[in-house]
Amino acid sequence: MEKNNILVRDLCKQFDEFLLDHVSFQVPKGRIVGFIGENGAGKSTTINLILDELKKDNGQIQIFGREHTSSSVKEDIGIVFDECNFHDVFNVSDIEKILSGVYKSWDSSLYRQYLKKFKIPERKQIGSFSKGMKMKLSIICAMAHKPKLLILDEATTGLDPVVRDEMLDLFLEFIQDEECSIFFSSHITSDIQKIADYVILIHQGKIIFEEQKDDLVYHFGIVKCGREKFASISPNDYIIHRITNVSVECLVRDKEAIKRKYKDIVVDNATLEDIMLFYIKGGAA
Amino acid sequence: MEIIISNSSDKPIYEQICMQVKNLIMNGTLSAGEALPSMRVLAKDLHISVITVQRAYEDLTRDGFIETVSGKGSFVAAQNKEFIQEEQLRVAEELLQKVAEIGRAHGISYEQMTNILKLFYEE
Repeated sequence: MEKNNILVRDLCKQFDEFLLDHVSFQVPKGRIVGFIGENGAGKSTTINLILDELKKDNGQIQIFGREHTSSSVKEDIGIVFDECNFHDVFNVSDIEKILSGVYKSWDSSLYRQYLKKFKIPERKQIGSFSKGMKMKLSIICAMAHKPKLLILDEATTGLDPVVRDEMLDLFLEFIQDEECSIFFSSHITSDIQKIADYVILIHQGKIIFEEQKDDLVYHFGIVKCGREKFASISPNDYIIHRITNVSVECLVRDKEAIKRKYKDIVVDNATLEDIMLFYIKGGAA
Repeated sequence: MEIIISNSSDKPIYEQICMQVKNLIMNGTLSAGEALPSMRVLAKDLHISVITVQRAYEDLTRDGFIETVSGKGSFVAAQNKEFIQEEQLRVAEELLQKVAEIGRAHGISYEQMTNILKLFYEE
């Protein structure tokens, strides 16, 4: 049985000044995969290629184990972009009329249930909604046709902490079904640090790593020391280092091993954000 | 089942879950045959990733505290509490022996050592 909902192999796409370079990763069933990287790193390009909104130059994309081209695949995918694309004059009932015509599996009672749960006003025009409310509506619409795969492109960016927390709840609810998975891109790493099972970092069109989140958070660390001490650390023991005016910091893969090998050394825990910054900024302070 | 996760703790979340479930089993709050929440439900309730819970359940299964029946879920294993306690006591004895050796060799008094142990117990 196919164990991935998305499988991408050696995906390439060339633009004038940007190259998506042999991107490979997978989104297993029942998992939440976070896709991080700075603006312009290639996150949206990758997502648009997966959705067949852009034509790939090379490589392989499988969704639910099939090379997708058909619209029947789209029926099983829920998509949320960072902007709400509904027209301002509509209300939630108008939206339902349209979408229930688009998706065969549209579940009206589920839609109503979500609207109630997230307190979306039924009669107001969408134009008068707050940004958070619009985003909630977009996510509800993506889920109301009962997809197996939810793809979100910066969907939680720009939402306040309360709404973001509600969204995380909704996402964890979604993967109660082991067949379902979520692929979500964000540059807000704290959301991903909370609920993602796997994390993929993309930088300048290349995948830098694809790791289990727990391995990143519990094993990676940041060594902080003076220049003299730094000279005694073997270059094999760290991934990247950066020199500041007051100290040297290195990203290490196994903080416990480092603590054992080098005495009197400060090893801090690394957050996902720290790790991302080290990889992206490299040696630059 | 009550589980309290500390985000500021140095212990990984899967270890915290593992320790607390073990504790609930050893003190009798959870009894043999009782069902544990499914991994996905617990992940949702704790707002953490499924793999983290999965890892805790795998460790609990490895240590014989729970049994997982595919398609049905995880249950507290029927085990002999006295037996587990005795085994753990033996592990502790070995460690304490090392403590005594270190203390004797370096002139650390028995009182100093017991104070440290007392502190750890109260932590």
